Amino acid sequence: MIAFVIRRLFQALLVMLVVALIGFTMFRYVGDPVAQMVGQDTSLEDRAKLRQDLGLNDPVPLQFARFIGNTVQGKFGISYRIGRPVDELLADRLPATLELSLLAALFAIVVGVPLGVYTGLYPRRWLSHVFLTVSLIGISLPTFVIGILLILLFGVTLGWLPTFGRGETVDIGLWDTGLLTVSGWQSIIMPAFTLGMFQLALIMRLVRSEMLEVLRTDFVKFARARGLSNRAVHFGHALKNTLVPVITITGLQVGSLIAFAIITETVFQWPGMGLLFLQAIQFVDIPVMSTYLILVAFIFVVINLIVDLLYYVVDPRLRVERSGGGH
Amino acid sequence: MGPVARIQDNFARFLDSDIWYSFRTSPVTVVATVLAIVMIVAAVIAPLITPQDPFDPASLDLLDAFTAPVWTEDGQWRFPLGTDDQGRDLYSAILYGSRISIGVGFASVILSIIIGVTLGLIAGYVGGTTDAVIMRIADVQISFPALLVALLLNGVLRSVLPGSSHETLALVVIIFSIGMSIWPQFARTVRGSTMVEKSKEYVQAARVIGLSSRAIMFRHVLPNVMGPVLVIGTINLAIAVLLEATLSFLGVGVPPTEPSLGTLIRIGQDFLFSGEWWIVIFPGVFLALLVLSVNLLGDWLRDALNPKLR
Repeated sequence: MIAFVIRRLFQALLVMLVVALIGFTMFRYVGDPVAQMVGQDTSLEDRAKLRQDLGLNDPVPLQFARFIGNTVQGKFGISYRIGRPVDELLADRLPATLELSLLAALFAIVVGVPLGVYTGLYPRRWLSHVFLTVSLIGISLPTFVIGILLILLFGVTLGWLPTFGRGETVDIGLWDTGLLTVSGWQSIIMPAFTLGMFQLALIMRLVRSEMLEVLRTDFVKFARARGLSNRAVHFGHALKNTLVPVITITGLQVGSLIAFAIITETVFQWPGMGLLFLQAIQFVDIPVMSTYLILVAFIFVVINLIVDLLYYVVDPRLRVERSGGGH
Repeated sequence: MGPVARIQDNFARFLDSDIWYSFRTSPVTVVATVLAIVMIVAAVIAPLITPQDPFDPASLDLLDAFTAPVWTEDGQWRFPLGTDDQGRDLYSAILYGSRISIGVGFASVILSIIIGVTLGLIAGYVGGTTDAVIMRIADVQISFPALLVALLLNGVLRSVLPGSSHETLALVVIIFSIGMSIWPQFARTVRGSTMVEKSKEYVQAARVIGLSSRAIMFRHVLPNVMGPVLVIGTINLAIAVLLEATLSFLGVGVPPTEPSLGTLIRIGQDFLFSGEWWIVIFPGVFLALLVLSVNLLGDWLRDALNPKLR
C-alpha cells in the first residue's frame, strides 16, 4: 500500500514538473517578457536593468528552479494586460468557478445516478427510452447552444431568471459567495444546469450500462436465489458494485467541468477563472495563461490521485492482486 | 473476372453482409446517415444551391439587415431563414459556414490520425523506452480535456505567430490545435492492435526475409490495424466539429469575415435580447443536428464492427 502511494505521488510530481516546464517555456520564450512589461519609451538601459533584476540573464536551469520556487509560494508574476499580480486575480475569480462547478457536479450526480439506475433496471419501459434519447441530445447539443436556448426561454421570453453575472455576492472572509442571496441563487441556476447537463448524461449512461452488466452476474442471481427482496438486490448488491467505475469517472469529470466552465462562463458572462483565461488567450497574457495551466493541472493531478487512492480503498480485489503479484 | 463483374460481385457480397443487415434494420442509423450525407453534400455544393455568397461584402445590403424568417410577418422569400445584422442571408451563411466547420473537422481528424497512428505504430512495434515515452505523453494529455489542450495550443500559436498573419493562418492554427488535442486516442488504439499483430506469423516472416522495420510497420502492420481507427475517426469527427464550433464561439477560432457555424452563433448571441432569435437559433440547430447524426453513425459503426456485442 505504501509503495503504491509513493509511486503514485512520484508520478503526480513528475506530471506537475512537466506542466511547470511548459508554463516556464511559455513565459520565457513566447514573446519577450521585458518588452511586455515596459512601455514603448523605456530606454535600453532601463530594459537591460529590468532584465538583470528579473534574472533573465541567469542560466536557464537556475531560472526554471526560481520559477518553480515562486510557483510553489504562489507568486505567479504580474498580468501583462491588467497589471495586477496573477495570484490576486485568480483568487478573485476562484470562488465563482468553484461554486459553479461544484453545484453542476452535484446536480449531475443527484439526477444522473437515479436516472441511470432506473434505465438500467427497466431497460424496456418507454420512460427509459425517453431518458436515453434526452441524454443523447444532452451529449450532442453543444454546451453553448444549451445555454443560449435557456437564456432565450427563461431569460428573454419568460423573464424569470437573470441572464448574466453572479447576482449579489456576500463576502465571508476569503470567500466571495453568491449562495447566500436570492439573486445569487437565481443567477446560478441556468449556468449550473448548462454545465451539468453533459455530465448528467454521461453519468446516467455509465450507471445504466454498469447496472445492466452487474445484473447479469452470478452473485446477483445467487442473491435472488437466496430470496432477497428486489430492493435489497438492486440497491444492496447491484448498485453498490456499479459505484467503483462511477466514482472514478465522476472524479475525473470534475476536471472537465472546470474546462467546460470556460464555455458556460462565456455564455453567461460569469466572472470566473475560465473567462479570465479566455481573455488572457485573446490578449496573449502569458502569465495568466501559464498560471491557469499550472493551477488546472494541479487540480487534475490531485483529483486523479484521490480517485486512484479511493479506488484502492473501495475495491478490495485490487489490494489482493497487487500483493499477490509480489510487487 | 472483369472489373465490372468484380464490382458487381463485391456489391452483392456487401448487400448480403451482416453490416448491411444491421444498418438496414436500424431506422435511427438510416435517418442519421441520410441526414449527415445531405448536410455534408449541401455544404460541399453550397455555392450552387444558395442565392448569395455571404463571404463577399459586395453581395450584402445593409438595408436587408434583420429580416425575419419567411413564415413570420416581415419575412421575405428572398431570405427563407431571415438575415443577420449585416444583411447576410442566413440560409446561405449556414451552408457556407458548415463548409468551414466540416472542412476543419475532416482536416483535423486526418491530421490527428496521421500523428496518432504513426506514434501508435512506433510505440507498439518498437516497444521499450520509446513506447513508454510516447504512451506516457498520451496518458498525460488524455487526462486533460481536448478543449483545454486546443485552447492552450491556440493561444500559444497565436502569440508565436506575427500579428499580421493571424487572419490568413487562422484555419491552419485551428486545424493544428484540434488535431494535436485528439491524437492520443488513435495512438492508444493502434498501439494495442499493433502489439497483437506484431506476434503474428506474417510479421515474423517479413522479418525473416529481411524487410526493414519501417517497411513492416507501414506496409504490413498498418493495413491490419486501420479498422478500429475508422470507427474512432467517425466519433472524433463529431468531436472535432464540436471543438471547432466551441473555439469559434469563444472567439479564438476562424475570423468573423469567413464565419463558421460557431462564429455565426457567437455573432447571433448579441441579438438574443433584441428579439432577433433566428440569427442564433438556426445555426445552433444545424450544428446540433450535424453533430448528433455523426455521433449516431459512429455509435452504430462501433457496435456493428464489434463482434463481442453480437
